[in-house]
Amino acid sequence: MFKKLSISALAALTLGVGSMGTAALAAEGGGHHEDIAFSFEGPFGKYDENQLQRGLKIYTQVCSSCHGLKFVPIRTLADEGGPNMPEDEVRAYASEFMVADEASNMHLYDYDEGAARQLTENDFFPANESQNAPDLSLMAKARAAFHGPAGTGINQFFKGIGGPEHIYNILTGYTGEERVQAGVTYYENTAFDGGWIAMAPPLYGEDVEFDDGHSNSLHHEAEDVAAFLMWTAEPKLMARKHAGFVGVIFLVLLSSLLYLTNKRLWKPVKKAAKEKAQA
Amino acid sequence: MSGIPHDHYEPKTGGEKWIHSRLPIVGLIYDTIMIPTPKNLNWMWIWGIVLAFCLALQIVTGIVLVMHYTPHVDMAFASVEHIMRDVNGGHFLRYLHMNGASLFFFAVYLHIFRGLYYGSYKAPREITWIIGMIIYLLMMATGFMGYVLPWGQMSFWGATVITGLFGAIPFIGESLQAWLLGGPAVANATLNRFFSLHYLLPFVIAGLVIVHIWAFHNTGNNNPTGVDVRKSSKAEAEKDTLPFWPYFVIKDFFALAVVLAVFFAIVGFMPNYLGHPDNYIEANPLATPAHIVPEWYFLPFYAILRAFTADVWVVMFANWITGGIIDAKFFGVLAMFGAIVAMALVPWLDTSKVRSGRYRPMFKWWFALLCIDFIVLMWAGAMPAEPPYSTISLIGATYWFAYFFVILPLLGVIEPAPKNMPATIEEDFDAHYGKPTEPAE
Repeated sequence: MFKKLSISALAALTLGVGSMGTAALAAEGGGHHEDIAFSFEGPFGKYDENQLQRGLKIYTQVCSSCHGLKFVPIRTLADEGGPNMPEDEVRAYASEFMVADEASNMHLYDYDEGAARQLTENDFFPANESQNAPDLSLMAKARAAFHGPAGTGINQFFKGIGGPEHIYNILTGYTGEERVQAGVTYYENTAFDGGWIAMAPPLYGEDVEFDDGHSNSLHHEAEDVAAFLMWTAEPKLMARKHAGFVGVIFLVLLSSLLYLTNKRLWKPVKKAAKEKAQA
Repeated sequence: MSGIPHDHYEPKTGGEKWIHSRLPIVGLIYDTIMIPTPKNLNWMWIWGIVLAFCLALQIVTGIVLVMHYTPHVDMAFASVEHIMRDVNGGHFLRYLHMNGASLFFFAVYLHIFRGLYYGSYKAPREITWIIGMIIYLLMMATGFMGYVLPWGQMSFWGATVITGLFGAIPFIGESLQAWLLGGPAVANATLNRFFSLHYLLPFVIAGLVIVHIWAFHNTGNNNPTGVDVRKSSKAEAEKDTLPFWPYFVIKDFFALAVVLAVFFAIVGFMPNYLGHPDNYIEANPLATPAHIVPEWYFLPFYAILRAFTADVWVVMFANWITGGIIDAKFFGVLAMFGAIVAMALVPWLDTSKVRSGRYRPMFKWWFALLCIDFIVLMWAGAMPAEPPYSTISLIGATYWFAYFFVILPLLGVIEPAPKNMPATIEEDFDAHYGKPTEPAE
């Protein structure tokens, strides 16, 4: 069933219907997924600024040639609880960003120059539909890695929904097998639903040099870019967890006080009942 | 209010009397919150307050979200992202609203099943029950339309599937569907009318909630024994009851605080656990998701909808007897709405004179099976429509109807007389707290 559907969806893709077919399918997720212990998981999880900055570098140098991030304002790279880059660095980053797909970013087109204008930090990351690749802004929330047992989704409770894991597993799940169908090359991928993905392996390891000398093996790169995409999908994750934690602490305190109030209030009533029953 | 005899508000000062003779609103509020309440209510009687809180939460968070949301097919998805990224506290408000719907339905199901077990629907509370069912239906409509507003893939395709149900109605279906959608397919007109109704219906619900509360304040609350409060005099009534304020207000607030602690943990730490990842993909009319799944709270009825396929003999029979007017799709629609109508009709389907399930030896087991059935149907609704899931759905759906239309009417006739039923609420309460080593509640 999965296989049939995804093959027909891939066929739809080749017919130029759009990239969403496979995207939507992958959200249901077949395939094998390894759980990764990301720093932002769990009630006290936090983004690792350095990891997000490394992920940004991978996105900029590799992913952005086919994928956009159209819902993410560039200025948010300076946000606390995110990559937390210095503002001048963000400004410099924006001005150097090359728009790969002018047709999808007409709002950036400068008619006098005859080309896309220079970006500023107040622009959003450009969209990129040149290769029919899905936008990555929300990818880490638009996919699930863990579904079981028996489709109940209970293991998401322990492992998380698994969006970033799905990205990591896609990036590291290529077997090296290829096949051509209707003029399009598909690559075998153990994490992709249906097993064959239209995206060529984007990372091989040592694709990007990090300033901090961090390892650029395939697995580290995949983890870093998955973490970065989790941030683009959920930039307020740390603020949310903090607010949730404060809320829970406050409510536990409140319920303790109300418990004691309730006990005190009912005490005479229950005492009277006890005395009557025992009399 | 009439019902159980109790003290009424007496204006004392000149100012109070002046207001009271012109608008007895203070008296109304006093009588409402001082209602004599059976003192043996257990912890299943707290869901009403949770539901009232949910309605307020959804209205308040919803009104603020509307200030930043744009109901247009090209902008809705981006405007939700704007709320999530740029609006101060917007991400938390939106997650509160999103998960607030889940808490609302979680509480309403416990509230409904509480009523089903303790016979809260039986005379004289039929109208309270019916109004409750109307509120539940409106909640479903509101929840469904709210899910469409972010304009993700599940929003769009959920709207397509659910409005398609109306299209299955013979003769008028297609026109009705087009009328609901505002066009031949789900589009901008659909999004706009859903937005309009999603904003309107909660206020209709609020009005009905007042009537719901009014209705049971008139009859008095049911209680775990199902035994009526003695009403011959105020002194008698006071043996069975305590005023709502402060005894039950404090108890309910304690329970609400505990429920909210769990709720805030979900909103803070796993806000997307109950949602579907596909709804973070912008709606695309050209790409159908592999599995179109509604929100978890619709799944039991979604399973019933899909259970009746063309190869089921009742469907074939219905098809043959109506000369093809009722096909499998329409049969499914009838079954789904029928499953809810069955619940609404339960005051007249249950023939037992005994109100509370606590004293019904056979009923207890059938009821437990109904609860399991509901959970199994919820799971089956999330699975693909293929064997063995379709068979499980069919068995589950059959039991759902059998419970309401066969088991409940029969049980009232064949069940033996209740055992150990206390004569009064006071007796039940005293027996409960008179036990030597009863942990404090």
